[in-house]
Amino acid sequence: MKKYLISRVFSMLVTIILITALTFAMMHSIPGGPFTREKAIPDEILRQLNAKYNLDDPLIIQYLDYMKRLIRFDLGPSFSKVGVSVNDIIVAGMPASARIGLLASIVIIVLGIPLGIISALKQNKPIDYLVMFMATLGITIPSFVVATLIIYFFAGKLGWLPSYGLATPLGYVGPVIALSGFSLSFVSRLTRSSMLEVMRQDYIRTARANGIRELSVIGWHAMKNALIPVVTYLGPMIAAILTGSFVVERIFAIPGIGRYFVDSVSNRDYTTIMGVTVFYAVFYMIMVLLVDIAYVLIDPRIKFGSEN
Amino acid sequence: MNDTILEVRDLKTSFFTHLGEVQAVRGLSFVLNKGDILGIVGESGSGKSVTALSVMKLIETPGKIKAGEILFKNENLTNYSHSQMSDIRGKEIAMIFQDPMTSLNPVISIKEQMIEVIRRHQKVTRKQALERAIQMLKLVGIPEPEKRIHAYPHQFSGGMRQRAMIATALSCNPRLLIADEPTTALDVTIQAQIIDIMKDITQKLDTSIILITHDLGVIAELCTKIIVMYGGMAMEKGNIDDIFYATAHPYTRGLLKSLPRMDRKAHDRLNPIKGSPPDLMKPPAGCPFAPRCEHVMQICKEEAPALYDLGNGHESACWLRDERAPAVENYNKGGR
Repeated sequence: MKKYLISRVFSMLVTIILITALTFAMMHSIPGGPFTREKAIPDEILRQLNAKYNLDDPLIIQYLDYMKRLIRFDLGPSFSKVGVSVNDIIVAGMPASARIGLLASIVIIVLGIPLGIISALKQNKPIDYLVMFMATLGITIPSFVVATLIIYFFAGKLGWLPSYGLATPLGYVGPVIALSGFSLSFVSRLTRSSMLEVMRQDYIRTARANGIRELSVIGWHAMKNALIPVVTYLGPMIAAILTGSFVVERIFAIPGIGRYFVDSVSNRDYTTIMGVTVFYAVFYMIMVLLVDIAYVLIDPRIKFGSEN
Repeated sequence: MNDTILEVRDLKTSFFTHLGEVQAVRGLSFVLNKGDILGIVGESGSGKSVTALSVMKLIETPGKIKAGEILFKNENLTNYSHSQMSDIRGKEIAMIFQDPMTSLNPVISIKEQMIEVIRRHQKVTRKQALERAIQMLKLVGIPEPEKRIHAYPHQFSGGMRQRAMIATALSCNPRLLIADEPTTALDVTIQAQIIDIMKDITQKLDTSIILITHDLGVIAELCTKIIVMYGGMAMEKGNIDDIFYATAHPYTRGLLKSLPRMDRKAHDRLNPIKGSPPDLMKPPAGCPFAPRCEHVMQICKEEAPALYDLGNGHESACWLRDERAPAVENYNKGGR
């Protein structure tokens, strides 16, 4: 276990180096820079600005400088917001994104898995058709359409929900629905098909033949097997949802991290692009690692790579 | 030794598929007494497994027990609810299955699977249940059961898993064990061991057995009574000597003739029964074996024969036993 974790952390470091190098190279290959404006800045000033932020050094030196700061968890100053560091931006934006993301993740798990199980147990009955119809809608309708419709009907026409911000608890309803729609649908479909597959297995018949109560047959014997593929999906999904969605945050005017990320690309805000990318990457890799650890706990047939 | 454990009367089980009704079992009756080891033999699709699952009431949709009575200790199980049945399964009637590789839950340890079954049917503590589980594993010949019980199914070989299955099935002292092809998926040496274990333990625990198999060798090894099934019906019933040495039904004779024999020459071909089993979606009006039978008569194709009593519990569903039937030369010499 310890050996496995060490090797995983090591490979995560390698991944970080690759991701930062790639992002750095791509970012600098876009024409223009952080100080490019519609109205051209005098050459002299631009030169001084570039010199101040070391943007006149060769790229490789700039990259190494960046990595040196990254080791100390210093993501550097933002190029578009004066006096604000990228660390500040993440710290400021993350809570709103994470709160919505966490709520959406809870909704996905608490609703998606039971809906999938009910669908599977009532296969080809009306409730199954209803759930699968809704799930198909949820997968096919993009989040910005859902978000817009929510604002139009529930905020505009009916006035039940606020149309922007997170000032009141009701403000969370729209963003959470829009954010969870796709994954909720996906998880319920995945759980359903996985459950259907498991319920056909011989060991389910064995459990019944031994007189195990149906509640335990489904909730324990079947579930423990059926959730393995669902867990695979959930890890990366939670990482993606917690780190915010540009579309949903834009429509509901939520000061989350997703918004800054897209803005930073159009502003060539080099440090913010790098900082948020690194943050996403680390978060994602930690979630994947957690999923892999969860596997070993759920499925005894899976062992950590180093044990044999 | 004449207490009846199980009586099945005119059991009919069908599967209602979108193509039509498949009549898997078409009126089967039999009686199982205490201490009996009943073998149900037949080829694939003869309805033997469906019979076993019907007794357990484990037939899943689109399957359904259409008619008949299943009397266990004089209680009619066909009237039992799901929860009443689950109280009986594992406690009074236990079942083991063909493929030990897939019949144990891969993500739950042997220990947990056994303890759950034991505690489901007996009011014991976890510790007592664990002791009982270890004792059962020892009984089926698993070495170091105290240690091995913590293993997961994938850490067991096929033979070990089947032993664990038997240990679990017998852990609550059931009156009846239904074994559906328990040795088919195992290699021959392990087969013999598993049969020995079943014979041994059921004697110790005073459990009756229904053994479903297509392997006449296994039947000869273990059983006291035999039902030969074909096309969802009983062709011949009797005790082991009658079936093997006073074979009455042409189908049973065909089965016995098709076996390889030690005293045959090396270049002799096997004698298969020509043709294939009937389509149970459109079951024949007459005897299901008529199209493949070498003694077929006109009546065989028109009307299914009743079971003719040949004495001593030996019965044969064949028109040849009717007093109006022509005599067949040398017929009664037996199958082997």
